[in-house]
Amino acid sequence: MTAPQADPRREKRREIRTYAIGYALALALTGGAFAAVHWPRFPARTTLGLVFGLALVQMIVHLRCFLHVSLRRSSRDDLLLILFSTLIIILMVAGTIVIIANLHGRMM
Amino acid sequence: MTDGIWPALLGRFTWNALAFVRAWQNPTVNEIIGAGAAMMVVLGAASVITLITVTGKWGYLWREWLTSLDHKKIGVMYVVLAFVMLARALAEAVLMRMQQAAAVNAPGFVEPDHFAQLFSTHGSIMIFFMAMPFLTGIINYVTPLQIGARDVAFPLLNSISLWLTGGAAGLMMVSLVIGRFSTGGWTGYPPYTELAFSPDVGPDYWISAVTLGSIASTLSGLNFAVTIYKLRCPGMTLMRMPLFCWTTLCTSILMIFAMPPLTVATALLALDRYLGFHFFTNDLGGNMMNYANLFWLFGHPEVYILILPAFGAYSEVVSTFSSKELYGYTSLVLATMAIAVLSFTVWVHHFFAMGQSANLNAVFGIATMTIGVPTGVKIYDWIWTMFRGEVRFTVPMLYSLAFMMTFVLGGFTGILLAFPPLDYLVHNTLFLVAHFHNMLIPGLLYGMLAATHYWFPKAFGFRLNEKWGRIAFGCWVFGFYLAFMPLYVLGAGGAARRSQAFFEPAFRPWLYVAGVGALILLAALTALFVQLWVSIRERDANRVFAGDPWDGRGLEWSTSAPPPEYNYAVIPVVDGRDPFYDGKRDGDGYAVPAGYEDIAVPRNSMVGPATGILGAGLAFGLVWYIWWLAVLCLAGIVATVIARSFIRDVERIVPAADVARIEDRWHHAIAAARPISRHHETTPANQGLAEVTA
Amino acid sequence: MSAGDMRHAGINLGTTDQETHDQAEPDIFGFWIFLMSDAVIFALLFAVYGTMLGATVGGPTAASAYKIGPTFAETVILLTSSFTFGLGSIAMKHGASNRVLLGWFAATLALGLAFLGLELHDFATMIGDGAVPTRSGFLSSFFALVPLHGVHVLAGCLWLIVMMVQVPIFGRDARVKINLLRLGLFWHFLDIVWIAIFSVVYLQGLIR
Repeated sequence: MTAPQADPRREKRREIRTYAIGYALALALTGGAFAAVHWPRFPARTTLGLVFGLALVQMIVHLRCFLHVSLRRSSRDDLLLILFSTLIIILMVAGTIVIIANLHGRMM
Repeated sequence: MTDGIWPALLGRFTWNALAFVRAWQNPTVNEIIGAGAAMMVVLGAASVITLITVTGKWGYLWREWLTSLDHKKIGVMYVVLAFVMLARALAEAVLMRMQQAAAVNAPGFVEPDHFAQLFSTHGSIMIFFMAMPFLTGIINYVTPLQIGARDVAFPLLNSISLWLTGGAAGLMMVSLVIGRFSTGGWTGYPPYTELAFSPDVGPDYWISAVTLGSIASTLSGLNFAVTIYKLRCPGMTLMRMPLFCWTTLCTSILMIFAMPPLTVATALLALDRYLGFHFFTNDLGGNMMNYANLFWLFGHPEVYILILPAFGAYSEVVSTFSSKELYGYTSLVLATMAIAVLSFTVWVHHFFAMGQSANLNAVFGIATMTIGVPTGVKIYDWIWTMFRGEVRFTVPMLYSLAFMMTFVLGGFTGILLAFPPLDYLVHNTLFLVAHFHNMLIPGLLYGMLAATHYWFPKAFGFRLNEKWGRIAFGCWVFGFYLAFMPLYVLGAGGAARRSQAFFEPAFRPWLYVAGVGALILLAALTALFVQLWVSIRERDANRVFAGDPWDGRGLEWSTSAPPPEYNYAVIPVVDGRDPFYDGKRDGDGYAVPAGYEDIAVPRNSMVGPATGILGAGLAFGLVWYIWWLAVLCLAGIVATVIARSFIRDVERIVPAADVARIEDRWHHAIAAARPISRHHETTPANQGLAEVTA
Repeated sequence: MSAGDMRHAGINLGTTDQETHDQAEPDIFGFWIFLMSDAVIFALLFAVYGTMLGATVGGPTAASAYKIGPTFAETVILLTSSFTFGLGSIAMKHGASNRVLLGWFAATLALGLAFLGLELHDFATMIGDGAVPTRSGFLSSFFALVPLHGVHVLAGCLWLIVMMVQVPIFGRDARVKINLLRLGLFWHFLDIVWIAIFSVVYLQGLIR
């Protein structure tokens, strides 16, 4: 973490490696999700869970490898912003789904 | 107008769309009122244009104000916009109260459709084009000064926000003259606002104006948040910021996250209306409950966007005019943050009666009541700040005190409404109308007026007239109680909100009282304009160029009044919560720096005006189906942004010699000024230099 | 500061350009806020889509309207464009020649345009099969969400073209660099939105 800044070549190699790892992981996760749907092996609900799980992992990979956001190395302001946004998004999306589903259920 | 060329050129515009033509063809009182309002807009605009032309001020206006990127000037322009819109929306409110008082078992003089336009424009303007510009303006002026910065983080974006808001407000004004406004209320609920039930231009005006305003507010929030996070002067840690900055920060965060739901709601409604989508329609799978949900995901945080800056202003005012450190600073900060986060968890209480299960309502009812706790903490903190302080009952302080009492009252009725079973009984009645006016008039208007009186001397270099300020204050408070307390009674008695006529004679006395109250509120606004007029005439006697008329506490008082365009010749360094107040006591409040350096300030830009005008043009084209105009304006906006990215010469240098001249003049004025004691601060003896005692 | 430190999220200019690095901090933070605000818009459109899954009203359903092949192709193209943009960012940070830089950007642009072309073709097919937004609430919510991402990609492409003009004109001055950092964030952010789209919209709809 406190590696000397003297060697930009090594830094460059490290960065290219990060992107390459991110790209490879992203392709693998995408492929996995598409494969699970195209050649179904599990019941639909399990497949859905798998797809959503893979998507979540892939988002984290993208954040980590392409956007360079991580819990340890990011500046505090950015991290707080992203975590707070995540909280708000969860609140809004979950709230919407629960409320509309509740209304839907009561209209049956 | 039936052949092919006119519809292509003018969309669905016909001569009948003009308010004057309608009044000519059908001269009823109702139409003449409409034409009169349109005439006021036209004459008002024409007289302003004539005045500027005759006095030859176009160049000055363009160079010094309209294209300026100075946060102080942008702030002032926001507040001017807010007052213009306040005048219109208040006049509409008075008209509605007059109609209701006249229309008990009688038709009155305003027809239902016109009445519906009145309450729709009144609400939309008061929220989006009075309250939002007002608080954005005050924040713009004060926050950078308070954190020791030279401008906001993105000065050009600031100008763009101002102009988008201005363009949207202009659209509201145009809707008085050309066409008609929505009759769907400020919330614009579908399916009523869908094409099937409102095929005219009204809802399209509403969608366009609100969407432009919403985007502008999102950008403002972004700007202020970055300013506070990244531009604080050395030593200004977050926990040393003045409380107004904290409320600015929380309001900004709310703007960033709460305006998008509104944008989504209006955009989806627009898709329904323009392209035949089925989000909120009655048929083919539309679901209007999605709209209520989206709208209030915005709507509830919006309440706190409006109220938090006022809380900040009260904190500054109470502390300054009690000559005491703010009591419970940390608890006030925590309460502000708690309110900001909790405000995202209560939106369902705006549609308790929509039909979701009792359990769901209970959860949101309890969450709603929770917000009362941090708010209560704040009230106690302000009371304790005054306790044993050297309290002076200046106009801003009077507003603060009136706020504390009135707001608590409104809070109580809010707790009542938070009970879903009770809400079922009084929802959609005047009880609700009384409640939210009881929150927003003290919680926003009084706060912004207190802020205006408090910071006006800083912005313009002279104090406002105290006597007329007190008269206006008396009218605002007295008028408020007369106008809105009867509505609680009426609402509890079953009077529906937004009613053009009533059929219950028992309502009549209460409606009369409310009508008188509304007239007193109009008198209050008039008194404010008189105050401004008198203050400008007496300005030479009330100058406070030295810059500190109230023995202020924060950094903003440590500059001249008005401050130089660069704010601070040398960026200040702070080591406490009341840096200037303590500095004066330690004897280094007005330290003269060893030397000055060149200062870079943002160059003027016409990108802001261009974006605002093109944005309004785009909206107008969409409203009237004038597609060529819409496409042209959209292309113009994209081209403006791209062209701007090619301009590299965006800063202007104020040379060190000029800075030295400006600063020397100020330091001489301080040396010449006679210090003023706290008891004489509202007399002409106040030259803006505080007597330092303790 | 050390090379490992991050002043802001996204690729940092690091010690190779200290001056711009300082200036970039508020600019990049502001852009992150914009992205988060934008993310709320997308999140809400996803939520609305979720509530409208059942509102097909006898019209085309997800299973009948979506096709897995083109979606997979679009995904791979978009992922690859993120990778090429990332290599472009690294090239900029370490002072590669304009030719290398513009090469990576041209590749990214070509991929972005290919993505848009495929997506448009997809929409055209759907509309040809009668899956039009005016048919049902479900299709309305699809056509609000997915094309909005497309519009973002289009804006990204436009921005990329402007930057490819500016790099030769202005060289790599502070504003060009900061704008490229922001464009990079934007591009990678659109990838994340697309992950949500192919998972929540396409794959969920196609699960048998």
